[in-house]
Formats: sequence, C-alpha cells, structure tokens
Amino acid sequence: MTARPLLSLSGLEPLFVTPDTNFVNVGERTNVTGSRKFLRLIKEDRFEEAIEVAREQVEGGAQILDVNMDEGLLDSAESMRRFLNLIAAEPDIARIPIMVDSSKWEVIEAGLQCIQGKGVVNSISLKGGEAEFLDQARMVKRYGAAVVVMAFDEKGQADDYQRRIDICARAYRLLVDEARFDPRDIIFDPNIFPVATGMEEHRRNAVDFFEATRWIRTHLPGAHVSGGVSNVSFSFRGNPVVREAMHSAFLFHGIQAGMDLGIVNPTMLTVYDDIPEDLLVRVEDVLLNRRDDATERLIDFAEGLKGVAGTVAVKDDAWRKEPVADRIQHALVKGIAEHIETDVEEIFGQIGSPLRVIEGPLMDGMNVVGDLFGAGKMFLPQVVKSARVMKKAVAWLTPYLEAAAEGERKKAGKVLLATVKGDVHDIGKNIVGVVLGCNDYEVIDLGVMIPKERILDAAVEHGVDVVGLSGLITPSLDEMVDVAREMENRGMDLPLLIGGATTSRVHTAVKIAPERSGIVVHVNDASRAVPVVGQLLGTNSKEAFAQGIAADQLKVRENYSRDRQRKTLLPLEAARVKAARTNAERTFDSAHCPSPAKPGVHVFEDIAIADLRPVIDWGPFFRSWGLHGKYPDLLQDAVIGEEARKLKADAEAMLDRMAAENAVRCQAVFGLFPASRKGDDVVLENGTTLHFLRQQSPQGQACLADFIAPAGTPGMDADHIGAFCVTTGHGLEEWCIPFKDDDDDYSEILAKALADRLAEAAAEWLHRQVRKDHWGYAADEALDTAALIAEKYRGIRPAPGYPACPDHQEKTALWSLLDVENHIGVTLTESLAMWPAASVSGYYFAHPDAHYFGLGKILPDQLADYAARRNQPEAEAARWLSPVLLESPQSLKS
Amino acid sequence: MATNFDMRQDITQAARDRILVLDGAMGTMIQRYGLEEADFRGDRFASHGHPLKGNNDLLALTRPDVLREIHDAYFAAGADIAETNTFSSTTIAQADYGLEAAVYDLNFASAQVARQSADAWTAKEPDKPRFVAGSVGPTNRTASMSPDVNDPGYRAVTFDQLVTAYRQQMIALIEGGVDVLLIETVFDTLNAKAALFAAEEAFDATENRLPIMVSGTITDASGRTLSGQTAEAFWVSMSHAPLFSIGLNCALGATQLIPHLEALSAVASCGISAHPNAGLPNEMGEYDQGPEDMAQQLKPFLDKGLVNVLGGCCGTTPDHIRAIADSVKNRAPRRTDSAYAAPDSPAESPAA
Repeated sequence: MTARPLLSLSGLEPLFVTPDTNFVNVGERTNVTGSRKFLRLIKEDRFEEAIEVAREQVEGGAQILDVNMDEGLLDSAESMRRFLNLIAAEPDIARIPIMVDSSKWEVIEAGLQCIQGKGVVNSISLKGGEAEFLDQARMVKRYGAAVVVMAFDEKGQADDYQRRIDICARAYRLLVDEARFDPRDIIFDPNIFPVATGMEEHRRNAVDFFEATRWIRTHLPGAHVSGGVSNVSFSFRGNPVVREAMHSAFLFHGIQAGMDLGIVNPTMLTVYDDIPEDLLVRVEDVLLNRRDDATERLIDFAEGLKGVAGTVAVKDDAWRKEPVADRIQHALVKGIAEHIETDVEEIFGQIGSPLRVIEGPLMDGMNVVGDLFGAGKMFLPQVVKSARVMKKAVAWLTPYLEAAAEGERKKAGKVLLATVKGDVHDIGKNIVGVVLGCNDYEVIDLGVMIPKERILDAAVEHGVDVVGLSGLITPSLDEMVDVAREMENRGMDLPLLIGGATTSRVHTAVKIAPERSGIVVHVNDASRAVPVVGQLLGTNSKEAFAQGIAADQLKVRENYSRDRQRKTLLPLEAARVKAARTNAERTFDSAHCPSPAKPGVHVFEDIAIADLRPVIDWGPFFRSWGLHGKYPDLLQDAVIGEEARKLKADAEAMLDRMAAENAVRCQAVFGLFPASRKGDDVVLENGTTLHFLRQQSPQGQACLADFIAPAGTPGMDADHIGAFCVTTGHGLEEWCIPFKDDDDDYSEILAKALADRLAEAAAEWLHRQVRKDHWGYAADEALDTAALIAEKYRGIRPAPGYPACPDHQEKTALWSLLDVENHIGVTLTESLAMWPAASVSGYYFAHPDAHYFGLGKILPDQLADYAARRNQPEAEAARWLSPVLLESPQSLKS
Repeated sequence: MATNFDMRQDITQAARDRILVLDGAMGTMIQRYGLEEADFRGDRFASHGHPLKGNNDLLALTRPDVLREIHDAYFAAGADIAETNTFSSTTIAQADYGLEAAVYDLNFASAQVARQSADAWTAKEPDKPRFVAGSVGPTNRTASMSPDVNDPGYRAVTFDQLVTAYRQQMIALIEGGVDVLLIETVFDTLNAKAALFAAEEAFDATENRLPIMVSGTITDASGRTLSGQTAEAFWVSMSHAPLFSIGLNCALGATQLIPHLEALSAVASCGISAHPNAGLPNEMGEYDQGPEDMAQQLKPFLDKGLVNVLGGCCGTTPDHIRAIADSVKNRAPRRTDSAYAAPDSPAESPAA
C-alpha cells in the first residue's frame, strides 16, 4: 500500500478508508435507543432474533455495525458483552468492525473486551472534564479502537457553528498532544440536530453541521466527521418518503463538506438522484436554510405523502426459490438458521424418514462444508456456524427420531474426547466437541493431559460409542499409538478417532491402525467429525465404512513403504559404484574360480528314487499339509506329532510304491560353461548372455553376476557358470489315474506333493554330483542331509523367478543353452512355468562368496537399464518384473 | 530484585542496518536431551501432585543448564535474538500442571538464563550484540471463540483474566532482563489484544518500556487465523500499539508463508518478522526440511525485501539458524517509513 489509509478498522476483514472511499455507512438498527424492535428482542432475551437484525444490517450494506444497549431496565454491560460474543460466532456479521455505542464508560469497556478487531468507541466527550476525557481516551487507545468524540463539553452540547469547532479543536489537541492518539483514529460527531421543527434556533442546524464539518476536515488533519443522520428528520416521523429524502439530501451535502462516516439505516435511504425534483427542492431549502418559509413549504408538501411506503429493503432471497435440498445445502454452507426448520419440515414430508433426512440432504450439505473448508474457501468460525444450523435441523427432527425408535432413542451417540497425556492443546478438540454436540451427539470431554488408563476407564464407565483422541505436539503421536495398543490389550473394539494438527492420515494408517483390530479413523478437521461418526454408528453404513477405511489404510501403508523405499533406494549408478568397491576386495583366482573337471553339457536319463530319498527336505512337505514346525522335531510334537507320524508313514509307503512301480522318471540335464562377468551380465563363450539384477538398497548392492570373474582376470583361466534342469514329473499324471478313478484325492495329492519333493531332492542330489565330480571343486565334501539342506556347501544354485534373480524370462536362455526340451522333455508354458510341474532349474555359481539374497525393490533407472540390456521394450520388462518394481507397470509410459 | 536493565541493548538500533536473526525451536532441541520426569521435577517439584514431563517451561528452574546450552548453540549458529523458554509460562497455561504459583519464577529464571547467554556472546563478539526476546504464547484458551457446544456466547477465558495473566508474565520477563517482548503464535487476536493491553500495564508497573514484536499464526487453508481474521485485519487489530515488528510464525513452512507475509508487508508500517516451521510436518509429524532447503525457501523473503527479522519455529535447529544467518548476510532489511518510530508517538504528526 503506497499511501497509508485515512482510517483502518477491522472485523474479521479489514476496512480501509482511503481518499477514494466516498462514505462509510454505519448500521444503526442494533441500537436499543433507536429501534424499538431491537429493544424488545433484547429485553425479552430473544438474542437469536436480535442477531438477525445485525445480519440484515450487514446484508443491507452496513460497513460498521453500531451496537447500543443503553436502556434503563437492561444490564447494559452484560447485554453488550453477550450480544458481541454471539456476534463473534457469526462470521458474516463479524467480518465488519463493531462500533461500541454507549454513554456509559463501563459498557464501552465491556464491549471493547469482546472484539478481536479494531472497532470504534461511540463516544467520549469533554462533558465530564479534561481529566476524565483523557483517561478514557488513553484506555480506548490501549484497547486498540478508534473513537467518536461528541461535540460536547462541560457546558453542554455544541449547538452552533463556533461551539462545534471550538470543542472539536480542543478535544483534538488533547487527544493528539496529551493522549498521543493517532489523529486518523479520531472521528468527530459535531451533532446532527433536527431541522424543520418550527423553532427559529433550529433553522441553521444542518448548515452549521456542514460548515463545522468543513472546518474540521480542513483544520484538524487526519480526523474524520460522523453523525447520526436520522436525527435530522425527527420532525417527520411517520412519513418515510420525506425522511428518506431528507437523509439522502443531508448525506449528499454532508459528504461534500467532508463527512466521511455516518450512522444511518441503509433501509431508510433513497438514492439522491431518485428524489422527485419538487420534494428535493423543498428538502434542500430546509437543510440549507435557503428560504424563510422552507419549513412550512416542506410540511405542506409532506402532508400529501403521509402513509406512502418508503423504500423497502430487499434482501437477497433468490435462493429461497431453489428446490428444498438446495435450500438446505445453501443454509448449511452459508450458516443461515432462519428457514432451516421450514425446509427440514418440507423435505421430511417428502422423504418420510427422519434418519434419512439426516443421512441424506443434511449430511450432503455438511460434506460440502467440509470440502469448502478443505479447499480453503471457508474458515473455521464459518464451519462452526454451519454446524449450528445443522443442530437446529436435527433438533427439529428429534421428536420424529424418538418416535421412530419408540421412545428409546435419546442421543445420536456418545463420543468421548480427550487430549492425550503430555499435551495441553485442546482448541481443536473443543471445536470437534462443539460440532458433534450440534449434531445431536452426547460429548464427554475429559480435557487435556489425560493418561491412557483414564481415557479407557472413562470410555467403559460412560459406555461411549466412539473414542476421540486429540493432540498437537509431535510426542502426542506416540501417545496415541499407546492408547490404541492399550485398547487392543483390553479387548476394546470401539472405533477410535484421531485428530489434531500433527496427526495425519498416513501416521494413523501406518502407526496407529496396525496396533488394534478395531477401526481407527483419522479425522482431518472438525467438519469431517460428524459424517465420520455418523457412518461409524449407522447400522447399515458401519461395515462398509469400516471396510473402506481399512482398505484405504492398507493402501496408504503400501504407498508409505514404497515412498520410503524410493527415498532410501540408491540410484543404479550409485549401487554399482558401491558394489564395485566390494568386488574389488573379492578374490578371483584359480582357487576361487576353479575350472570344471568335466565341462560341457551332461544328462542323467534315469536317477533312482532310492538315491533321492535320503536328500529329501521334509520341512516344506509337512508345511504344505499345514503341519508347522522344525523337521524332524515335529514328529515328536505333543499336538501334531501323531498326525505328522501318520502322514510320514503314508508318504514313505507311497514312495516305496512309486519306486517299485517306476511311477516317475527322474531326469536331469546340466552344463558347465566358460563365462565372464560384463557389468551386471554374464557372457558365455558361446555368445549367450545371462542378465541379472542388482540390489539398490543402501545395505546391500549384490548382483549374481558379481560372483563371476570379469574377462581377463589375471592369475586364472576363464571362470565358469553352470546351468541345470531336473524333473521328476514324467509319468506322474498317468500313474495317478487310478487314484482319480477311485476318487482317492488323498493319494493323488500325496503323490504329487512327493513328486515335488523328489524334484527338489534331485536338484540337491545333482548339485552334490556336480560339486564333487563334474566341476570337482569339492571332491572331498562329506555332508549329511541336514547340512545339505542347510546349504553348508560351497556354491549356490539360484533359480530364475526366485528372489535373487526374479525374471522368469531368463529361463529361455537356459532352455536353449541346455536344449532342455530335447534332453529331458521339460517345456516352458506361455507364462514361462515349467511342465511337468515337478521340475527345478537354475544356475550354478562356485565362488566361495556366492550366496543367496533377495533383490528387493528396484528403481525405474534399473528397469530401463535392464530392458536395454535385454533389448526389449521397457513396458514388457516391467510386466515380468512387476513384483520388484516400486511402481506398478500400468503407471509406466509404454 | 537483581535486574539487568543496563545490559539491555537497543534492538531497534541494530535492526536499522541488517536483518536480525531470531533463534529456532526450543521444543525440538529439548526433545534431543531425552529428559525424564525427574529432570522436569528437580528437587523443587519432586513431590508435586501433577505429572510434569513435557512442561518444557519448567526447565528454567530445574534444568537451566539445558536451556543455557540451547541458547548458546543458537547464538553460536549466528542468531541475534534468543527467545526465552516461556511460551506457556502464564497462570492460564500452567494451570494444567498445577503450577500457577511458580509462574513468576519461571519467567524470571528463563529470562535470566537467556540474558546470561546473550551477554556472554555480546562480550565475546561486541560487533554483534545479542538480544533476548521474552516469549509470550497464546495460552490454550480463546477469548473470542466458545468451547461450549450449546452456548456460542460462552467464553472459557475473559479479557481481564488474560490481561492479569499476561501482565504477571511480562513483569517477570522484564525484571528478568529481556530486551523485547515477543507476543507470538497468535491464533486469536483478542488474546493478543489482551497481551498488548497487559504490556502497557507491565511497562507502567516496571517503569520500563520495551519494544514489542507480535507474530500471528495462519492455520487455515483460507489464509486466516484460527479466530477467522485475515492477515490484513490482524495487522489493523494490532496497529494501535507501537510495534517494533509484526509477523507470522508456526503452522506453515517458509514457502506457504509467502503470500500471507506479502499481504502483511503491504499494509504494516512497522518491521516484519517471520519464523516459519522447518517445512510442513511429514506424515509422521516430524519436521524433516533440512537447513539448506529451508534457507533456499526463505530466499524469496530476502529477494522481495519482505523481512526485518527472520528465524525458525517448530522443527528448526541451530543448523537451520546457521543457514538462515548465512543467507541474510549482506541482504538489506525491509524498508519501512515509520517502522522504528519512537514508542508511543503517532506515526505521522499532525500539522499544528
């Protein structure tokens, strides 16, 4: 702002008076001395209607709201306090500044203590002498308000031009020089007195006001001039047409003289240019004292206008013509309580069920409120206001609700609220309490710093339906987790609501919800509390709502862990740099990378089942039958031991039969090939390239290729990699036909499970053959079955499609390398599964450092790199690697 | 009563030449010490009837060494102004802990710890005098909103009650030796008006007038205070006091603060301050914006010439303050025609 405003005031919004501001209009109807209706409402304690008077003023264009409670029979200070506090809860009224109007200082002070904005005191004067005047002025300044100074001194009210300017000048000097008042915060009221009273001394009343105004604005810099305009037409009460014309004409000339504020009823004002010429001339003759017979002429003219209605203020009621559901939404969003009962009655007539009115149109409206608040288009006091309209609507429906529940129903539900231990913040919690209370819930508010034991004890004691926790500081988040855990310990399955500034949907989903089996809902703002609790307690909605929340929280947890991984995963290049350091320390020589005794491709046409039986890993077999435990200990288990022993006996008998009847053919093909590492690939001498993936975790950056020496490593010949495929599935289907024919499912499943075990055993058996004989680096190895299963030997045989190398596509390279299909008849399906199913394939790595690992998730950079290495579109690679990608393939650009 | 009036420095003088750096979060730093109930109690409150862990303000009496270390760390990082650890040291806020009776001591002791640290650093680096701002929090009651379901006209605290509590706190802060009062994290302007009112009374009572800083908090997405005021209306409502500065803190990170600070800067005739959080809290309620990121986000404040005082709120540490102090070096403070007008004089004197 380049130039400072001439006057700055504020309610919830600022009012800047600038040189371009023509005139500031002060609403005057909330004044018990000026409005009989308002007085009656206050006297009869009908504050809700009194607030509507204020709202009409604002809607009618008032820029400042004058509030006056000076009436002998009222406790004026208390009425002032009560009315202003109620107005503070009405954002569309509280947006404009308040003028605290009283002739009693204690009433003014009571008013000043209730307004958060910069208001105006109306008024102080020199009536009680300079000392009192200065004391009051200093207090006004301390409270932060502008001030109206009446042209009034120890001798009385200024009634002529000279007295007006003398008193104003004296007051000005005192305020500015003594009280150090900002002159822009001084508003003089040089007294507007009636004209056309028939008394000679009143003829100059308006003229003197105009001239005094002009003098003040010229000689008292910064100060403003205001006045109560309706006084001027006092003698024409009952004649609205004349009064309105007088007000307008008075304002027109007052503004020209420099009057920049005025207390005026905007509904009692006509447009200056709309005043009929003949009336205007007569009015101005009076105001400006232009003719000796001006008063008589106006009175004569006015006689003919008596009883004619003046301007009628038209409120913007267009929304009342909308359909009833729209009207309800409008009322909720705007916080207009006036017609809500009529509207609810109407829609109740249409819908018939009180509950469906609440859950339908009313909740729809509150959801709009919640959306607007979330989008920053409403602010909190407005939301609270909406909730109060809701309350009124629900209150109207309550008798019907009770009737529907045959008198059992009392409240919509009981909600317990507490700020958790260690936290003293309760403002947000209180607002939630207000909003819930307004929606017919019984709220039990335990307050702040409540230990979890007390919260849960109270929940039981009061038999609440929902527990709500609030907290603002970070440590409160942990405390909420504790409360959730304790609820689970106590077996309480009440819904738990979480709210407060540092809480979040993610924290609730990741840290709090997993602590308990009951539902936990994050309520991000007060406006959401009602729909959430409503759905939690609704018999029809509860289950679907709970499932929706749980599903959402599961997704949030997944996204959270994905996001965390994304944040922590290393870029591929960084992972490679780190891995290179590890690899640099790895020894590659002829001892660590031995040459095979029998390189090339070999085939075992028929391995005896008897050879495989000793190396069967029985653990997975029992697990597949639901018998968990460590083998062989589980055979002696008190609970499952008997069942396990019986199953084992059946299995051994079946294996005996399978061996005796040659039920399956056990075959193997494998090869040992010269190879070297090239980046994350292993390149075979025959030109085949095997592609591997690298971990991108900060903890590990392993890649299977790292266990193969690069080409040209000094001190050794070429390194080697092995590949194999075994199957024990040929013949199985045919052998099982009799079981099928006999409907002997048990035997069929048992046979197939054993075939799977035999395939694994064949892989184990073959690996040992290779280590001891064909590759030959472990000729002296002597390990028992347990040690074999525990992989105590040197070297590994990871399988494509498993954690270290999850891409099933790489099987195709093995198949052509070993000519698997021709050698042992195992084929690959479209989805690259092996057929027969009882088959195992993989690689052999012989380096002593070689170990199994899980790849974990990879970043898009590795996907791109891998697809390029495989010379295939990224989207296709992504399809095969989807389990290890952070993002689902659908989200990738293809 | 031992006071240090003569040690006070003229902060308005220092602010003429440069952007002053306010310190960072106290709570975040205290959390790092992992203090337990016994630390908070000390000997004096060993048998106090309420749990006291988490009442950080109490450490002025029971672990002043911790506060001294934190003040020293912020001054070492380049802060010009330390805030006393008195955000909740009013009878209203301490009532939750049953410690109303200790309020004078809390404020006095906190002021003293900060004063001693500031004086030590001023002695060490005379070219860069250090200041102490007495932190005056909002209390946990709202004077212009009702917590009662059925009575929107109800108030849990009155203006007079707030004035009494604030006056008591401020007198102790002034007597404890602070250079300036910082009325901060204002979410309800009426509370702040009571604080300004109390400040005048405290100045009268101590016959000592200090500069006042006011800092509001904008929480809603609508850009309003909790009690519903816009930034401009907030300034207007505070403008009757001869403020050294007005600004915004907490609730938001630096970037989110910019539009609201611009709105304030456009209307306010005093200095402008900002002490944002270290970004917005992440989903786990932690502030994870690093010092460099925060300094980077504050750059527009400097480029646009928006501020006279810059610091940090929740989640900021000495590293953040160091980054901020580095970034404000050689940067011009916001120019205000009448920002530093002598207290109690109207901004424009009228023609005689």
